[in-house]
Amino acid sequence: MVDQGFSWFPEQASSFAAHVDYLYFFLIVISTLVALGILVFVVYFSVKYRRGSAADRTVSHNHMVHMAIEVTWIAIPFFILMGVFVWSAAIFYELETPPVDAMEVAVIGKQWMWKFQHPSGRREINELHVPLGRSVKLKMISEDVIHDVYVPAFRMKHDVLPGQFTYEWFRATQPGEYYLFCAEYCGTDHSLMKGRVFVLDPGEYEEWLKTTAPQDPPAVAGGKLFDSHSCANCHKDPGVEAKGPSLVGLFGKRVKLDGGRTQVADEAYLRESILRPATKVVAGYKPIMPPSEGLVSEEELNDLIAYLKSLGGPGESEAKP
Amino acid sequence: MTAHADSKLSYLTSTRTISSWLLTLDHKRIGILYLLTITVFFAIGGIAASMIRLELATPVGDFLQSETYNKTFTLHGVMMIFFFLIPSIPAVLGNFLVPLMIGARDLAFPRLNLFSWYLLIVGASFTVWAVLWGGVDTGWTFYVPYSSVYSNTLVMPAAMGIFITGFSSILTGLNFIVTIHRMRAPGLTWFRLPLFIWAIYATSLLQVLATPVVAVTILLVFMERFMGFAIFDPKNGGDPVLFQHLFWFYSHPAVYIMILPGMGVIPEIIACFSRKRPFGYEFIGFSSFAIAIYGTVVWGHHMFVAGQSAYAATVFSLLSYLVALPSAVKVFNWTATMHKGQISFETPMLYALGFIGLFTIGGLTGLFLGSPGLDVHMHDTYFVVAHFHYVMVGGMVMAYLGGIHFWWPKITGRMYPDGWARLSAILIFVGFNFTFFPQFILGYLGMPRRYHVYEEPFQVLNVMSSAGASVLALGYAFPLTYLLWSLKYGAVAPANPWGAKGLEWTVPSPPTTMNFDTIPIVTEEAYNYEESPFEGPLAPEKVPSHTVALPHASH
Repeated sequence: MVDQGFSWFPEQASSFAAHVDYLYFFLIVISTLVALGILVFVVYFSVKYRRGSAADRTVSHNHMVHMAIEVTWIAIPFFILMGVFVWSAAIFYELETPPVDAMEVAVIGKQWMWKFQHPSGRREINELHVPLGRSVKLKMISEDVIHDVYVPAFRMKHDVLPGQFTYEWFRATQPGEYYLFCAEYCGTDHSLMKGRVFVLDPGEYEEWLKTTAPQDPPAVAGGKLFDSHSCANCHKDPGVEAKGPSLVGLFGKRVKLDGGRTQVADEAYLRESILRPATKVVAGYKPIMPPSEGLVSEEELNDLIAYLKSLGGPGESEAKP
Repeated sequence: MTAHADSKLSYLTSTRTISSWLLTLDHKRIGILYLLTITVFFAIGGIAASMIRLELATPVGDFLQSETYNKTFTLHGVMMIFFFLIPSIPAVLGNFLVPLMIGARDLAFPRLNLFSWYLLIVGASFTVWAVLWGGVDTGWTFYVPYSSVYSNTLVMPAAMGIFITGFSSILTGLNFIVTIHRMRAPGLTWFRLPLFIWAIYATSLLQVLATPVVAVTILLVFMERFMGFAIFDPKNGGDPVLFQHLFWFYSHPAVYIMILPGMGVIPEIIACFSRKRPFGYEFIGFSSFAIAIYGTVVWGHHMFVAGQSAYAATVFSLLSYLVALPSAVKVFNWTATMHKGQISFETPMLYALGFIGLFTIGGLTGLFLGSPGLDVHMHDTYFVVAHFHYVMVGGMVMAYLGGIHFWWPKITGRMYPDGWARLSAILIFVGFNFTFFPQFILGYLGMPRRYHVYEEPFQVLNVMSSAGASVLALGYAFPLTYLLWSLKYGAVAPANPWGAKGLEWTVPSPPTTMNFDTIPIVTEEAYNYEESPFEGPLAPEKVPSHTVALPHASH
C-alpha cells in the first residue's frame, strides 16, 4: 500500500501474486541450499587442506568415480531446473491469458503520462480506479516510444508499444492504493511517468464512475466518428452494393484478402486497415480507401475499433448496430 | 636482468622510445596498451557509477537533473560494457598470455593485433566524446524508437564508436582462433592446453560470430535515422521489437564474451594455489563451448514482457535453463579442485574464491529471471541490476583483478605488497555485497531501474547500496595505487613466484621480446602438480636464464 513505510516484501493484491511468490520462495530455498553447499565445501577444503596440514591427500584416479560424480552434479540440477521451468511456464500462461469476461480498460502511454478509459467512457489520467474482484484487461498502446505498465503489488508488467496493441490483465484481491510505474526507460522524465491504482469495492466503483458528467462509451463515440468521417458511404450493410466490404459481423472473422491470403480480423488488423488500408485489401475490392496514418488519434482509433467490435462477430452478423 | 645477454632483453626495456610502444608488434606490449586504455575507461565508468549512487541516496532528484542522470547511467553502461568488460580479459590478459601459454613467439597476425588496438582507440574516441561532451540518454541498450526518432542526444556518434570498436573485437577473436589452431608448441595437444586457452577460444568464436550482428543493427538504425528507411519505426510500418531481437542476438552472447574469459582465469588460479590438476578438466573445457553455443539461442529471455509470443518466451526460457547447467558444472569442478589440495591464500586465490561466491549468487539469481512467470514481476527492476552486477562485477571484475594479480609479476617483473592486496580484495568483496545485495530486495519490492527519483519506502535499501558503493570505490582505489607503487618499489619477481605450472612461468619475469629462445617441446599437461609437487617459489637465480626448459625438466 502506498502509505506504508519501509518493508522487505511487496504486498499481494492480485489473484496471481501469491502464485508468483510461491515460486520465488521456492527458488530462494533452492538457491540458498546450493550457495550454502558450495560455501561449506570451500570453507571445509580451505581449512582441512590448507598448505602443510596433516590431512590425507591420497587422490583416487578412478575414472569411473570421476564420471559418476560429474554425471550426478549434472543430472540432479537438470531435473530441478526442468521442474522449475514447467512450474514457471504454468504461471506465465496464467499471467498471459486474460479471462474472456474481463472488463477492458484502454491504456494510452505517452511521454510522460498515462491515459485510461473505462468501458463506461470515463477517462482518467495517471490514476486507475478498478473494482475489487473483477478481472480487468488492459488494452495498451503508446503514442511515441516504448513504455511499460507495471504494478508491483499485482506482479503484473507488460511493455506498451507504439503501433501495436499489447495486453495484460489482473484481478485485484485487496482494496487499497497501489503504485503504478513505467518500467521501460522512455526518456527524460521516465521516473515521473507513474501513477496510482485504486482498488474499490464494486459498489464504490459504480459510484465513482458517476462522479463526472457521463461520457460516451467507446463504441458509441466510435459510431459517431464512423458517421462524421462518412465511413458508411463505402462500408454498408451486408448484401448492399458498395465500394468497400461490409463491416457488420467482421470482428474475429477470417477475411479473404486480395492475392489469396486470409487474415483473422482482430484488433491489430482493424487498426492497420484504418491507418494503412492498402496493406491488406479484402478480396474483390480496390485499394481506394485513403490512409489515415497521423489523422486519427489513438483515442479515436480505440473508439472506432470498439464500434467495429460492437457490430458483432462471426455468426452474429444479423445483430444490427 | 643484467644476467641476460643483450639479445634477450626484457620486452619492457628492450627499446625505450614512445614510438617503439605505439608501433609495437609485440603481443605483450599491445596487452599493456590495452591495460592502460581500459583502465582509463573503467575509471570514467566508475566515476559515473559513483554519481549514480550519490544521486540515489535520496528519493528526490537533488544532485543531478533527470537529463544528466539519464546521460550518466548511459555513460556508465556504455563505457563499462563496450570499452571495459568486453576487451578486459581477452585483450589484456589474452594478448599477453595466449602466445606465452602455448609456446609461441607472438600471435598469428601481429600487425592485425596492433590495428585492433587502434580500432578500439578510434571507436572509443567517438563514443567517449559523445558521452562526455553532450551526452547520450538512451541507456546502453539503445532501444528504438527512442534512440532512432525521439532522443535529441548524440546517439549516432556514440553508436558509431561502438560499431568501430566491434571490429577491434572481431579481429582480436580471429587472431586468437588462428593462433591457438596453428601456433601451439610441439606436443601441446588440445587436452594439454591450459583451461584459460579453452575459454579464450570459446570467447573468440562468439566475438567473431556475434559481433557482426550488432554492427548490422547499428547500420539499420543509422539508415532509419538519416536516410528515412522504415525498419523499426512503427509510424512507417516498422517494428520496434525487431530491434530488440537483433540487439539481444548480439548482446546476450556479449554477456558470455564478458564472463567466459573470467571463467578461464579462475581454474588457473585455483589449480595453482591448490597445487592440483583441475577436477574435471574436460568438463570445464567443454562447458565453455556449451555456454558459447547455448548462449547464442537464449536472447529472447530479455523480452518476456516485450511483446514476443508466449510460445517463444517458453522456448527461450527452456534454453536459458539449459545454459545454466554448464555454468553450474564449472562451479562444482572448481570447488572440487580444492579437494585434497595444498591450499594457500595469496591475493589471486582470494579473488578466485570471491569469484566463486559472487558468481554463484549471480548465476542462481539468473534462474529467477529466466523463469518467465517470475520475470514478469522482476523484469526491468533492480533485481536485474543486482543480478548482472553479481555476474559482471562480482564475477568478471573479480576474475580480471585476480588475473592481474596472478600474472602481475610476469607482466612487470615486480611483486606487489601482498598484505595491501589481500586487504583490498576483502574490501572489494565486502563493499560489493553491501552495494548490490540490497538491490535484489529493492527489485522484488518493485523499484524499476533507470529511475532518477523514486518512492520513499525504497530509500533505506538505496542508502545501504550507496554506502556499500563507497567501500567498493575505496577497494578499487587501492590496487591502482599499490600496483603503480610496485613498478618502482616492488620486490623483483622471480620467474615463477607462485610455483605455478604452465609455459608462461618457465620464462623470465618479465619475458624477453622473443618469449622463448627455443620453442619448447611439451611432454605433459598444463597442470602436472601432483606428479612433480612444488615445494616453494624459485629464487630468481635458480631460473634458467637463457634456455627454456621443458616444463618438468627443472625438477
